[in-house]
Amino acid sequence: MTLPVLKAADFASTQEVRWCPGCGDYSILAQMKKVLPELGVPREKIVFISGIGCSSRFPYYMNTYGMHSIHGRAPTFATGLKSTRPDLMVWVITGDGDALSIGGNHFIHMLRRNLDINVVLFNNRIYGLTKGQYSPTSSEGQITKSTPMGAIDHPLSPLSVALGAEATFVARSIDAYVTHLGETLRRAAEHKGTSLVEVYQNCNVFNDGAMAYAQEKSQRADNVIELEHGKPLIFGKDRDKGIRLVGSHLEVVSLADTAIDDLLIHDERAANPSIQMMLARMRYPEMPEPIGVLRAVAGVPTYDDQINHQVELAKAKHGIGDLQALVSGGDTWVVK
Amino acid sequence: MTKILSESGNGKNIHTVSGITVRLCGDSGDGMQLLGTQLTNTSALAGNDVATFPDFPAEIRAPRGTRAGVSGFQVQFASEEIFTPGDLLDALVVMNPAAMVTNLGDLRKGGILIANEDGFNDKEFKLAKVDSNPLEADVIEQSYRLFKVPMTKLTRDAVSELGLSNKESERCKNFFAMGLVYWLFGRSLEPTLRFIDDKFGKKLPDVARANAAALQAGWSYGETTEAFGLSYQVEAAPLSPGTYRNIMGNQALAWGLVAASSLSGKELFYSTYPITPASDVLHELTRYKNFGVRTFQAEDEIAACGAAIGAAFGGGMGVTASSGPGIALKGEAMGLGVMLELPMIVINVQRGGPSTGLPTKTEQSDLLQAMFGRNGEAPLPILAPQSPGDCFAIAIEAWRIAVECMTPVMILSDGYIANGSEPWKIPDMTQHPRINVVHPDGADPEEPFMPYARDENLARPWAIPGTPGLMHRVGGLEKEDRTGNISYDPANHQHMVDTRARKIDEIADRIPPQEVLGHDSGDILIVSWGGTYGACHTAVRRCQKAGISVSHAHLRYLNPLPSNLGDLLSAFKTVVVPELNTGQLRMLLRAKYLVDCAGFNKVQGKPFSVHELIDEIKAQAEALQNEAVHHRAG
Repeated sequence: MTLPVLKAADFASTQEVRWCPGCGDYSILAQMKKVLPELGVPREKIVFISGIGCSSRFPYYMNTYGMHSIHGRAPTFATGLKSTRPDLMVWVITGDGDALSIGGNHFIHMLRRNLDINVVLFNNRIYGLTKGQYSPTSSEGQITKSTPMGAIDHPLSPLSVALGAEATFVARSIDAYVTHLGETLRRAAEHKGTSLVEVYQNCNVFNDGAMAYAQEKSQRADNVIELEHGKPLIFGKDRDKGIRLVGSHLEVVSLADTAIDDLLIHDERAANPSIQMMLARMRYPEMPEPIGVLRAVAGVPTYDDQINHQVELAKAKHGIGDLQALVSGGDTWVVK
Repeated sequence: MTKILSESGNGKNIHTVSGITVRLCGDSGDGMQLLGTQLTNTSALAGNDVATFPDFPAEIRAPRGTRAGVSGFQVQFASEEIFTPGDLLDALVVMNPAAMVTNLGDLRKGGILIANEDGFNDKEFKLAKVDSNPLEADVIEQSYRLFKVPMTKLTRDAVSELGLSNKESERCKNFFAMGLVYWLFGRSLEPTLRFIDDKFGKKLPDVARANAAALQAGWSYGETTEAFGLSYQVEAAPLSPGTYRNIMGNQALAWGLVAASSLSGKELFYSTYPITPASDVLHELTRYKNFGVRTFQAEDEIAACGAAIGAAFGGGMGVTASSGPGIALKGEAMGLGVMLELPMIVINVQRGGPSTGLPTKTEQSDLLQAMFGRNGEAPLPILAPQSPGDCFAIAIEAWRIAVECMTPVMILSDGYIANGSEPWKIPDMTQHPRINVVHPDGADPEEPFMPYARDENLARPWAIPGTPGLMHRVGGLEKEDRTGNISYDPANHQHMVDTRARKIDEIADRIPPQEVLGHDSGDILIVSWGGTYGACHTAVRRCQKAGISVSHAHLRYLNPLPSNLGDLLSAFKTVVVPELNTGQLRMLLRAKYLVDCAGFNKVQGKPFSVHELIDEIKAQAEALQNEAVHHRAG
């Protein structure tokens, strides 16, 4: 039997999409619907699990199984589901507040366990659903409803956190850069292990243009560097700039006076994440910010494989459990 | 030593008694819990009815020799049916002065006091904050039968040939004490020798030999020294026919979950975060992976609850467990479970609160948390086991209700039940009714799937991912009736809140009516729940024998309450609700039935003693009598 060929429209649910007009979330939804049919996984085998926030309405708009859970906890539901149903493709949809603030603990533990699930983190650097408070990724000094004199927190980088938690797949893309986004989601889906994709997503109501340097096509080439495995790090509208590793730090060099051979070659498969961490720490405006796959390490056992493997091992070693033998075992005595 | 049944001659002086209550006390590193468990198992194997009460500090090794560091294990074994570990002690074994001064008050006058003489020295007196040797106080010799035994020295002598260090030798002294206690109460050494061999035989043969030697030496000490003059014997108890084993509460809970899993054909996903006194359920379940049990030690309590819900969404048997503080953390996720209408079990092995409270002590103060500890109108069924063995049945019943009604179900155990043990009649699981689980298969492609349509129990269909045609989304936002789509419609919200409540309330029609010990009307009704069953049952039985008009209703279903409970409460002149809290069930009963229940409450981290309940029942009976006299006089 051949599987029916699905189209993007087959993944649309009957629910009206209720994000603000012009929100970056629309683009991510569109790319997800476009990528899923290419993966050949039947819709009923796909589950989207989200937390709370604008991004987390996502599951309602997909014609798959879905759960809109509670704030910050989507990874926990995904963990229980994937551990018991490894046959399913599980996506976690989260945001910067959901994953990094209230759900920070679950976020790191999900990554270190390396469940075979995919996580898309919509980063708009603001709390949208609660109408405009600063988030853990908001800039220092940012004026928001809850920080009229400027935010005094130091922002958190989801990519650094993920690398610190020993994640096996770490990537970043941009809502407006649709081809790149689609390709990055596809790579994430294909990775065995927890895949994290941070997506720069514009909140045009509460934080409009916060990442325009990366989202605007006119500015992107100079402010963003597209990573490709095995290729030197080159960027700029005229592809005339590169990144070089000097001692223990990275610097921007002009190709006018530096040979391409001297540039850093991107190695997404390096087991040691040190240089990937350096890339994650590159921040605008001092440095171009990397997009694409920073890290993709294959062969690390997944939690769902292991938990189920132990069950199989135990069954092979002790035989399938016999309830009557369990309750009757050990020291007993008979009353006549 | 309820009563001496016979005294035998033939050279040996053996009294046959109907029951013995003994407490073994020492430093928390002295191995008292092990001694207690062994004595319990051995007594159970001898056919006695047994009931236990382990009592230990929250610190793993509290400061040595201090009063705070005393660890105790109380066991009653009897030739008649018993329901509590006993009130007053017939015998007390103490390994140091701190153990003696903190426990002596519970030893009955004329009771046996066995002290490890070597543990009584100046250094230990200082640690226990006593001015002089408490063994030498005049009152001790006058009030008790005191036996001073140099256990540390005798143990060292007994194992001297095995080449152990002094420290290692001394560590065997709990086995010496065990041997002596076994001789005193006519227990067989066999089960414990078997235990030693199983536990140490292969890995640490020297330790095995030393412990066995110490055990034998203790027994021989009792047999050969004439100091004791007298030993005791407790015949087998007339339990109902069957094969028995000794079982602890947390163990029974774990086995009950495995049984429920097997009876429903659903593999168990047990997700939890370590917390006293619930962790032993996790430890036990990790051993049953071959039953398809997956255990998940989550990063926190919230994750543990979330993962159980995730497993339930996928069609698994999701169970999470904790104690009060952890349940507080799970609250939001439990509310989601109520909203998603997925089956799962949440276990609370209660301990003293509030906050961190008394981690190793028992209390029943989380009933209102279980009832109301979530935002919004979020009712769920609540069951409470009444004894260690009952945990097995309650776990199965909880899963049956969860599946039948598509709802999270809460089990309220407590520290007393969790760590206590009793003889348990081994059930024939092949005859046990199965738990029926149905997942819709999406056979009808014409009809759109309605994830929030309901059956006769008001349960929605448990449609699981992987089923073609049934793709649907669930979430914490209020949903439209039948379709499950997000809805903010006022009338729909009213309908959904009412329906979720009705679904739980109507369980009352399908559970057994409340049973009563004694007449179903009269002067006094004792209403209890959870781990106080044994003490209340024993107190009521004794008062009934003394001619008092008193009955006992022990609730295993706390939400919904049994449908006949209201009528029952109003059939008595006085209703008394003894609880190890400040009156939580009483508040619920008063609110629901407008019946003026009296409370009998204690929050000392300790279970009720039978005699304090008897005193209360007698006082209530007297009050009724005075009222009647007053009435006639008026």
